[in-house]
Amino acid sequence: MANEPIVDFEAIKNDLTNVPKPIQVLNESAEVTDQEVFDSFSDDDLVEFMKKMVWERALHEQTMNFSRQGRMGFYAPTEGEEASEMGTVLAMKKQDYLLPAYRDVPQLIQHGATVTEAYLWSRGHVIGNKFKARSLMPQIIIGAAYNEAAGVAMGIKKNKEEDAIAFTYTGDGGTSQGDSYEGMNFAGAFQVPALFIVQNNGFAISTPRKKQTAAPTLAQKAVAAGIPSVQVDGMDILACYAVAKAARDYITAGNGPVMIETLTYRYGAHSSAGDDPKRYRTKEDTQPWFDKDPLIRLRKVLEDKGLWSDEQEDKMVEEYKASFKDSIKEADKVAPDKVSDMLKRTFEIPTPEMRKEIEKFVEKESK
Amino acid sequence: MAKKTYIQAITDALDIVLEDDPKTLIFGEDVGKNGGVFRTTQGLQEKYGEDRVFDTPLAESGILGLATGLGLTGWRPIPEIQFMGFSFEAVDQIVGQEARMRFRFDGTKTSPVTIRTPYGGGTHTAEMHADNLESYFTGTPGLRVVMPSNPYDAKGLLISSVENNDPVLFMENLKLYRSMKDDIPDGKYTVPLDKANVVREGSDITIVAYGAEVNESIKVADKLAEDNISVEVIDLRTVSPIDSETIFKSIEKTHKVVIVQEAQKMAGVGAQVASAISEGAVLSLDAPVGRVAAPNSVYPFAQSEDYWIPGADEIEEKVKEILNY
Repeated sequence: MANEPIVDFEAIKNDLTNVPKPIQVLNESAEVTDQEVFDSFSDDDLVEFMKKMVWERALHEQTMNFSRQGRMGFYAPTEGEEASEMGTVLAMKKQDYLLPAYRDVPQLIQHGATVTEAYLWSRGHVIGNKFKARSLMPQIIIGAAYNEAAGVAMGIKKNKEEDAIAFTYTGDGGTSQGDSYEGMNFAGAFQVPALFIVQNNGFAISTPRKKQTAAPTLAQKAVAAGIPSVQVDGMDILACYAVAKAARDYITAGNGPVMIETLTYRYGAHSSAGDDPKRYRTKEDTQPWFDKDPLIRLRKVLEDKGLWSDEQEDKMVEEYKASFKDSIKEADKVAPDKVSDMLKRTFEIPTPEMRKEIEKFVEKESK
Repeated sequence: MAKKTYIQAITDALDIVLEDDPKTLIFGEDVGKNGGVFRTTQGLQEKYGEDRVFDTPLAESGILGLATGLGLTGWRPIPEIQFMGFSFEAVDQIVGQEARMRFRFDGTKTSPVTIRTPYGGGTHTAEMHADNLESYFTGTPGLRVVMPSNPYDAKGLLISSVENNDPVLFMENLKLYRSMKDDIPDGKYTVPLDKANVVREGSDITIVAYGAEVNESIKVADKLAEDNISVEVIDLRTVSPIDSETIFKSIEKTHKVVIVQEAQKMAGVGAQVASAISEGAVLSLDAPVGRVAAPNSVYPFAQSEDYWIPGADEIEEKVKEILNY
């Protein structure tokens, strides 16, 4: 008997780590690493990207303020993820269907929901789900949207909408849930127009990425479903946009689904409900990510080109925040949801028992 | 009009809804070329093509997620879960996602899905193939649970379920698939959802049953008629919501009731019926509410199944006990 094993599993395992570097256009020092892609953006494009990130950070800061004042319900902080969220969503078209996760409220607003509606969603009011955008509400179950995205994408294909796709998001934790694989596998098996985005922000509440899986990258999880996938620098909005746009073009050309893993970071807590990131990560863990901040990076490029100034940005932030204050005032004006209305909307035709309950609550609510 | 089995009646209904509405889609494991493991979808792919009737990867959550998404984009999906025991894999998609769509969006978005699945014991299947799991789903607002007891109802209720704009869990009794035949009208007819059916009128005692136990109850009614005992048998047909009015009306006449179910006794449809009676018709009763159900064990392995499932003898015994109270 030979001593050599029939298979060198260790070599196969090691080979899994042999992956391409994440796609990047602008590095941490704001140096262009992909001139060709960089040159494809006009000055106006660059300013637009910056504006979107400034808008998202202002939205985050103002929403956190509202949250501290006790004026919000569930809120998942987005600071640090602006490049990943805005870069990918800017590649969407209005006719695309968005299936966001709970941290993807900024994308939902970009896709057509109003800030007032987003605030009402946070507060738990049905009007927060009645937006006109072609989108589902932010999904709470981390893998579920991947399954539904396969169905929405099949619907788009069956409806013969040639320039539309389903965009869906989950986080690094979401890739551990079986549904994320089922969704990608269905999309792959049926070759439907779906774009699966994993925003790998390092932590699923307190559980670090390395405890989610032994897979060296999350992008690799799409390989088993036969779907092309790629890692992208999630702190580089130019790369996030360029990759999402390329994916959308590839998908609308009839090539089936794509998966993108963005390498990003959540600066704050998982949610405003009180988890303390200091319990599960150190300043040393976090500092390098602050240094990669997507706003600092693009701001430097724009300033070098004479397209941006602190004064301009301060003014912009002030305007955005004023508009968010108007939005929350609008939300304040909305009367609370009624139980009688909730019962009415459970079934198209209320059951006999529900009809009695509706009467009971209409009376209770009229007092 | 032709004599058809329960399964042929279901195939007939599926054929009609596919013909009627080009937005209807049938999909699941082996439903295409194979026509389903029970042949329920036999011939439908051939007739309507692979775009309308197709096989999916073997993953229940994926199948139901596909249904939700298709429903949201204007389609009317009729997914199949090959055996109801496999529905555990899809509970989030059914309960957490599909059933809540209308509620979440105040009716501005809905997903009209009809989930078909076989359930029920007596055919000596492998584990997880026969469990009566209706009680897990009857507690779900926004989801109707329909359980036909005969071929005629199976066809009419399935057409009503597909045409309904809210999700329906349509449970098909495995043992009934080929064990009974009815005269089935050709073409389209419907049987209303949310309405129980008085399948046999009587004046001494009411039996409330559903699924295969309706037929066991009818056997008991036939037998007791020979002794001049008049038994009214009510078939719930839709087990969520329950048609309490029909039950109350019957109890006002008979003053006695026995509730029969194939599932374990704990927290199920029978418990809900008993509770509705205690709230709405207790003064019409002159005996306790009788219950016949399977014991609260895990669903048995094949060999002990026949002892475990309540049959006509147990129903008869309970009916006599309540009559003689």
